[in-house]
Amino acid sequence: MNWYGIIAIWRFEMARFFRSIIQSIVSPVVSTSLYFVVFGAAIGSRIPEVEGVSYGAFIVPGLIMLSVLQQAIQNAAFGIYFPKFIGTIFEVLSAPLSAFEIVIGYVGAAAVKALMIGLIILVTSFFFVDITIAYPFWMIAFLILTCVSFAMLGFILGIWAKSFEQLNLVPLLVVTPLVFLGGSFYSISMLPPVWQTISLFNPVLYLVSGFRWSFFGMADVPVVASLVAVFGFTALCMGIVWWIFRTGYRLKS
Amino acid sequence: MAAIVKVDNVRKTYEGGFEALKGVSLDIEEGEILALLGPNGAGKTTLISTICGITVPTSGAITVGEFDVENDYREARRLIGLVPQEINLEPFEHVQNTVRLSRGLFGKARNDAIVESVLRDLSLWDKRASKIVALSGGMKRRVLIAKALAHEPRVLFLDEPTAGVDVELRKDMWTLVERLREEGVTIILTTHYIEEAEAIADRIGVINNGEILLVEKKDALMARMGQKEMRIELAEPLDAIPEALSGYNLQRAENGCRLIYTYDTAAERTGITRLLNDLQASGLVLRDMQTSQSSLEDIFVGLVRESA
Ligand SMILES: Nc1ncnc2c1ncn2[C@@H]1O[C@H](COP(=O)(O)OP(=O)(O)OP(=O)(O)O)[C@@H](O)[C@H]1O
Ligand SMILES: [Mg+2]
Repeated sequence: MNWYGIIAIWRFEMARFFRSIIQSIVSPVVSTSLYFVVFGAAIGSRIPEVEGVSYGAFIVPGLIMLSVLQQAIQNAAFGIYFPKFIGTIFEVLSAPLSAFEIVIGYVGAAAVKALMIGLIILVTSFFFVDITIAYPFWMIAFLILTCVSFAMLGFILGIWAKSFEQLNLVPLLVVTPLVFLGGSFYSISMLPPVWQTISLFNPVLYLVSGFRWSFFGMADVPVVASLVAVFGFTALCMGIVWWIFRTGYRLKS
Repeated sequence: MAAIVKVDNVRKTYEGGFEALKGVSLDIEEGEILALLGPNGAGKTTLISTICGITVPTSGAITVGEFDVENDYREARRLIGLVPQEINLEPFEHVQNTVRLSRGLFGKARNDAIVESVLRDLSLWDKRASKIVALSGGMKRRVLIAKALAHEPRVLFLDEPTAGVDVELRKDMWTLVERLREEGVTIILTTHYIEEAEAIADRIGVINNGEILLVEKKDALMARMGQKEMRIELAEPLDAIPEALSGYNLQRAENGCRLIYTYDTAAERTGITRLLNDLQASGLVLRDMQTSQSSLEDIFVGLVRESA
């Protein structure tokens, strides 16, 4: 293993994050606070408890997932797209690094950033609502797996994208709707039966459900299904990344 | 000396069907400076990129230090430093950090002493804390060289290192290249400045349309293909070349005030002594004499034109 190489990529990526540390932290904190004010306080006061949990607390796991998914995808996508765009990728491609090592560097950095933001949002939410975490170990496990798998998705997106528009389009048109429709702000039992069935095809539902279970011990889908979904998604992304490097897809001519 | 880079019948067809390399074979000897000359689009950058692992060859084999660049890419790439033709640098990174990054990518532990000496060699030490965006074009090119040298490569590829670099700096780079060679680094450079190849290369390769036209020792090349001219200034103009001198390859110039004798420096006999005797016998009075050698540029232009 070329550890120095992996660390070099990882530190370079983290440095970019810390260069704009204020933006990196302030913006998720502000937007989360807004969600709490609007959904938790204004609208939530008129919504009864969801399965014994106050609505304000109920949305915390979904809110964290929303930001974590966006951050993981964005950071990883940008991290690999930008060097491709300005041409500095040549150095990584000509270095004695295996595909696996390159992925650990880029995806690892994006996942750590997303994880940090997820934890910051969790801490922020303590100021607004009372929550206790039922299964802290599983909470962290779900969070880390989500960060890693969606950072990998972002990495794939960054390699696939040929323009900044494409880079922004996928998160906007695909990921955000999936998160909103994935039960972030409601339990799918609140939906009409048809939509409940449709929701079961949304992979994000399994993430949010499992994550919420780790907080409150209740879930829309069985926890095992959530775990299988997270691992399955991670494996799928790994497979695609492996194929990209094997074929040099959009990386090497 | 043993070949450190072996390129064996490499072909490269780009997506879209353009064949940029048409069966290139080339051995680069350890410790030499090889200059690759060729017009725009000849395939120089493609060849270098293929050796360095940035483009994938369609067929053929390449080894660097006995390591196959595809199967043993780790060992092969550790030996290589690459200065690309385009100035590709992360704009907001600092000079010293970007050089450290390069060293790390190539699997070497951080070593600030080496980074410092590389930066000093390239007169970048004063700029070590500057952001790349704040540097001039020539400085950016030197940062690229510093990055390529940060992991102490054994083989250095310089793809047009002196494009857009002023005369002073170009001389500095030649000095640097010379010093690297003394340290045993093998250097392959591409250039459009033929005087550059003439000044620093041991061997010259000419490539055109994806084919190597020749690779030869610079001196041998110049001797083999180099024609020398001797200009003879006459005291009195000549209307025609005298009968007695018709056996020589002589031309009249400047209304007969000058004779030009063209000969091959590599020939057994240049014929100069005999010509001078015959000139004297014909009663011609010489005022002055001068010889000049055709440059690499003439050779290069001739070759490329032939192959076109
Ligand atoms: N990625 C690519 N896709 C398709 N064709 C390419 C690609 N890169 C280079 N080519 C073509 O391959 C040929 C060789 O290009 P290359 O860059 O190797 O030339 P070069 O000798 O380095 O030229 P120059 O002196 O201008 O740098 C050119 O005709 C070029 O158009
Ligand atoms: Mg080129």
